Order: sequence, then C-alpha cells, then structure tokens
Amino acid sequence: MNGWPELDRFLRTDPRDVGCAEAMEVLHVYVELVASGAPAEQQYPGIAAHLHACGPCGEDFEALLAAVRDTTD
Amino acid sequence: MARLHGILLRIAQRECRRRGPRLRITGPELEDLAYQAAADALMAIIAKLGQFRGESRFTTWAYKVVILEVSTKIGRHFWRRRDVQLDAEDWDRLPGRFGFEPAQESEWRDLLAALHRAVDTELTPRQREVFVALVLNGVPLDALAVRLGSNRNAIYKMMFDARRKLRTALAANGYMDHHTSRRS
Repeated sequence: MNGWPELDRFLRTDPRDVGCAEAMEVLHVYVELVASGAPAEQQYPGIAAHLHACGPCGEDFEALLAAVRDTTD
Repeated sequence: MARLHGILLRIAQRECRRRGPRLRITGPELEDLAYQAAADALMAIIAKLGQFRGESRFTTWAYKVVILEVSTKIGRHFWRRRDVQLDAEDWDRLPGRFGFEPAQESEWRDLLAALHRAVDTELTPRQREVFVALVLNGVPLDALAVRLGSNRNAIYKMMFDARRKLRTALAANGYMDHHTSRRS
C-alpha cells in the first residue's frame, strides 16, 4: 500500500527502534558523531531508527545538533 | 557556573522561541519557560554530575539536559491553556492528518472505516486512549505523558505496539503491505 504515504509512514514500525529512553541516554554521543560527519546511523542503527520515527525525540535531536553546531562554528 | 547558566539560557530561549508559536505560547510565558528550563537544567546538571562519563564533551551533555527540560516544560504547559478532552474522538480530523484529499474520498472511505474498526477491536483500552489523544485530538506526546502520569518512553512504546497491530489488521484485510519497515 503506497497510495496513502502518510498513513503508511505512520503505521510502519522498525524492529531496530530502541525507544525513547535508550535514544535519549546516548543522544549527546550520537549528536557529536553526526556533527563530526561520522557514520552515526551505521554505528547506532537502533538510535537512528528511533529518531526517524519519534517526533519528540527527533525534535530534541535536531535541537541538540543545532546547539552543538552553533557553539562550534 | 554563571557562564554555564548563560549558555543554557540561550539554548533554552532559542528552543522555546522555535517551538512556542506552534504550541501557541508566546511573549513573557515563553521567556518564563526558558528561564525555568535553564534554572532546572543547571540544578539537574549539578545533581547528575557523577553520571557524566566523558563519552562526549561536557557541554554537549549539558545542552542535552536543558533541551530535555524545555521539552518537559512545554509538555506540562500545554495543559494550562488547552481544554482538550482526552476522550473526545474527532475522527473527522483523520483524513487531514493523513493527507487524504476530499476529492478522493471514494478511494479512502473504506480504508478509514477499516482503520476505525481496527482501533476499536485490536487495541487495548490504554492503547486506544493513547491513539485517540495523539492522533485524533492532536495532543503532543510529552503533554500526554504528563496528563497520564507516564513518560515519553512508555507512551511511545504503547503507540509503537498499537501502530504494529493496526498495520497487521489493515494488511489482513488487503489495505496495506504486511511488512514492518527496515530503513534503507
């Protein structure tokens, strides 16, 4: 079913998804990897899967990445 | 310490300004939230100092603490100004939520009815409550966690399981692919 991409995306679940608690536990480490250009998604596939799927955690990730980039620029 | 607080406040202000308008929080309220988040983050950082394991720069870890404080505070603040009934069920919101165009209603009407049936028959009462709040009533996940005395992780996990059940039910009736995703 690809005729309704929003619903399709909403109902997709990734078995690698580690959930919010584990993602937030290592978010600072993950963000530094991303900021440095390292392959963070390969190193932490379960974290990457979660950040793609979870709106609030994804927003926190973007915010932390922006803060890190802002202070290192 | 004052310098750290200043940096935390700057990050909190930026985040509050970025997220606030979407949540209809503006002006002094937004500034208050930022100040509270920075102050509480500073206290949390001092209390958790022993938990910092040096896996990242200290500042990155500290920024994480203040950003999570902002999220929590905004989640709590949601209930000050909103009169959202958690058990109200606005199913009319669903077509817009999933980008279903009115002109194509003949194509999605059955799918939506099947989804409604699956919500009614496949989900546990708690999963249904979470689905209704998040999807039909548009309650932010952090705000729902506050209202239910829960936490982000537990609500997400409940919704994760609900999404999987709904997909399985729709797939069983030919409305959707069966597979869960593995991102490429």
